Amino acid sequence: MSTEPYDAALHAYGDTHGHGSRLGYRIGSLLAIVLTVVPFWLVMSQPGPAPGWTAAAIFALALIQIVVHVVCFLHLDTRSEGGWTLLAFLFTAVIVIITIGGSVWVMFHLNTNMMPMPGGHMGPVR
Amino acid sequence: MTDHALNARDTGTTWHLAEQEDHDHGGNGATVLGFWIYLMSDALIFASLFAMFGVVSTSYAGGPVPREIFDLKLVALNTAFLLASSITFGEAMPHLEAGRVGPTRFWLAITGLLGLAFVGVELYEFSHLIAEGAGPQRSAFLSAFFTLVGTHGAHVTVGLIWIAASLVQIGQHGLIQPMKRRLICLSMFWHFLDIIWIGVFTFVYLYGVIR
Repeated sequence: MSTEPYDAALHAYGDTHGHGSRLGYRIGSLLAIVLTVVPFWLVMSQPGPAPGWTAAAIFALALIQIVVHVVCFLHLDTRSEGGWTLLAFLFTAVIVIITIGGSVWVMFHLNTNMMPMPGGHMGPVR
Repeated sequence: MTDHALNARDTGTTWHLAEQEDHDHGGNGATVLGFWIYLMSDALIFASLFAMFGVVSTSYAGGPVPREIFDLKLVALNTAFLLASSITFGEAMPHLEAGRVGPTRFWLAITGLLGLAFVGVELYEFSHLIAEGAGPQRSAFLSAFFTLVGTHGAHVTVGLIWIAASLVQIGQHGLIQPMKRRLICLSMFWHFLDIIWIGVFTFVYLYGVIR
């Protein structure tokens, strides 16, 4: 129970999990700043051709930024914990996409296909 | 003969125990994996809140629409605070691994102050909205907005308490191994909250203003 095995374990941990890579971290920080500033600029100064394109652009940038943060800040890779962190992450990503995408999709169709009712409407509550 | 056999068994036992112990510390890995699973389950909570917000995000009930109530300059400031705090936490990590107490506490404290600024701005925004009559009871859109952003803010507040407790503990115990393990988990928690915020500022604020 001396401190040496502790330190050895931590060192091994640091090595295998790539907490180290300062370069990767710096690149990640720079990318994160750029990927945050650009969508705010796109929306606040509206240089885009149409709101639809701006919306597509900010969602694409957000997805890229999430990947950058997960790889550079959370150090997700294929090797750590024998691949279990990656597996858990991918599983979660699938559930998240089904939950958000599925809910919005189903409720959108429910709203648009609902017959108007006398004395009120069954569309989205406005 | 018997002695020899016993010795062999002893050695065997010791070897087994040593391995167990080693596994326990390398159990840094087990803890980190377990914490990762927790973060993933937390992501599912936020996914359901995002889904709810997505479904009712245009249900204004005749109340204010995002364009009228969201101040993007304030959101940009808040986003900058949280992103900067994520980066400063990253600055603490090499010092943590090298066991340098002073710089670790310094960067952790900076992270905490930026997080505090984030929560402060968010509370200011909330109170401003409620004072304008755009409180959570006004429309389904605002209920979902306060629930989603409030849950994120509550997480950041818990993170702040964790940072404060860590600063005290580092002072008391130094950077012992359990402390390093806790701080590795805390860093994952903090970076995770910044990732959730990417979804919030894109989906709730920016998309809300242009739709």
